[in-house]
Amino acid sequence: MSDASHIRQWLVSRAAAWRGVVQQVAALRVQRRATVDEALGAVEAYRGLARDLATARRVAPNSRMTSGLESLYGQLHGVVNRRPRGGMAALRLLFANEIPTAAYELRARIASMGLLMALSALAGWWLVATFPTLISLFASDDMIEHVEEGHLWTEGIINVMPSSILSISILANNIVVSILAFCAGIFLGLGTLYLIAMNGLMLGAAFAFVHQHGLARALFEFIIAHGPVELSVICIAGAAGVALGESIIRPTVESRRDSFQACAHRIAPVLLLCALLLVGCGFIEGFVSPDPGFPLASRITIGIAYWSIMWILMTGRLFSAREGKKESRHEGNSA
Amino acid sequence: MTGVDLTLGIAGPGTRSYAFVIDWHIRLLLAAAWLLIAYYVFDVALTVKSAAGFLSILPASIIYFLYHPILEVALRGSTPGKRMAGVRIVSRDGGPPGTSALLIRNIFRLMDSLPAAYMLGLISCFVTANRVRVGDMAAGTLLVLDNAAAEKSLLRIEALATRSQLSLDALELLDQVLERWDSLESASRGQIARSLLRRLDPAADAAALEALADANLRAMLQAHLNSDTAAAHV
Repeated sequence: MSDASHIRQWLVSRAAAWRGVVQQVAALRVQRRATVDEALGAVEAYRGLARDLATARRVAPNSRMTSGLESLYGQLHGVVNRRPRGGMAALRLLFANEIPTAAYELRARIASMGLLMALSALAGWWLVATFPTLISLFASDDMIEHVEEGHLWTEGIINVMPSSILSISILANNIVVSILAFCAGIFLGLGTLYLIAMNGLMLGAAFAFVHQHGLARALFEFIIAHGPVELSVICIAGAAGVALGESIIRPTVESRRDSFQACAHRIAPVLLLCALLLVGCGFIEGFVSPDPGFPLASRITIGIAYWSIMWILMTGRLFSAREGKKESRHEGNSA
Repeated sequence: MTGVDLTLGIAGPGTRSYAFVIDWHIRLLLAAAWLLIAYYVFDVALTVKSAAGFLSILPASIIYFLYHPILEVALRGSTPGKRMAGVRIVSRDGGPPGTSALLIRNIFRLMDSLPAAYMLGLISCFVTANRVRVGDMAAGTLLVLDNAAAEKSLLRIEALATRSQLSLDALELLDQVLERWDSLESASRGQIARSLLRRLDPAADAAALEALADANLRAMLQAHLNSDTAAAHV
């Protein structure tokens, strides 16, 4: 019997199995959960299909049969290697382990970004204090006009725009700034350094300008409730961006691409926390900061409390304490 | 697990752009539809200065800006546009991408879209070996061709092989010619059909084959495909 005949016979003998795999893949792709038997069946089918594909590649390399098997093998590979949806366990792992680990890795860079922002703020203050006309580089004409008339640009903002709208606009703006601070890290970290320095310069310049017009306390009162976390989040996003840049400059694994990818995956949980914290900041900045009904003491309390929550989430103390209690209770029960 | 390599077809910038343009139209139409409903049905002025107007614009913005991350996570690396273009996102090991990878991929969309019209992402697709944008590099994902037609043709070849005695090569050749029959020029398909029929049946009368009409040639090829007798070399 010829080779061609053997191949055809082999194809006919395997046809039923392949048809079964096609149906199996179609069913498993739409199912959220599979039973143990279904999972074992899929693994067995995967192994069988791998053998058939190896044979097909050898005996009929450029045939439609082989390309069909390649495609089917790819589909089944996706089904067999599908990660389970984590649900609450994944969320707990994120807050108890992944965020604190990433934050710990970034601690020196976060401090450096804080320092850079503080130094830039000082530079901004000095520039505007020495050359007052330079404020036009950092603030809009509208803002300058408001301050020169003896009012902060934030005064009456709550009457112009409802708090809910204000919150969402501020949140969107802050998230874009934080994502930019992170992503700009791909330019070897220089993009991030520029963004953080510019933010610091603008902050210092604004404070110097309002100070010249006797409004420094009013600006301090406005930002103290949301500012500590908002500025910290920008520094954290900046630290993540610098880490990204450093992973390209000084790769920790074989290739720069792998190093970049590994770094992005390691520090991404911190960015998720940043986004969550910015939601709170937007809420405070929309409802609390512009409302003259909140006294300074309340604003300072809110600012310190929210910053403490950020610290607890970054260190994972809240969740690790719970995990520790659970474990000790479990050990007690076992004993 | 099996020791057999997985072969994936990488989607190039063209297919990638095609999928993106389809998705862009879908999200634009959905967002516009929402705004039209808000304006005409709920009679809301579409301005950010009023609470009702802003809350009408907000869902449209969410549809437009969060379309990709939400659908890619929910559909495990696919979107309607990607499905229509025949591509899907996979991790670098060929498996389905994780949620964090998909979110990282979308965070970097902001960078890929710089300075305008996804310029950086497109340049990256042209210069990288795996045709990936910066977001894919960061997330460790690839955009691959999802060859669903290949599975259909596998089942078709199986069915044909079960009832025919022709060799696999002959089966596939005949099947392809018949599949593309209508798209081939009349003269070309006649020439191909006669050549195939002469090889399938060397004893056939050449003059008789030349005299056969287009429809007859097709019918004869179809008959060979369904025949249960072995053919000569093709």
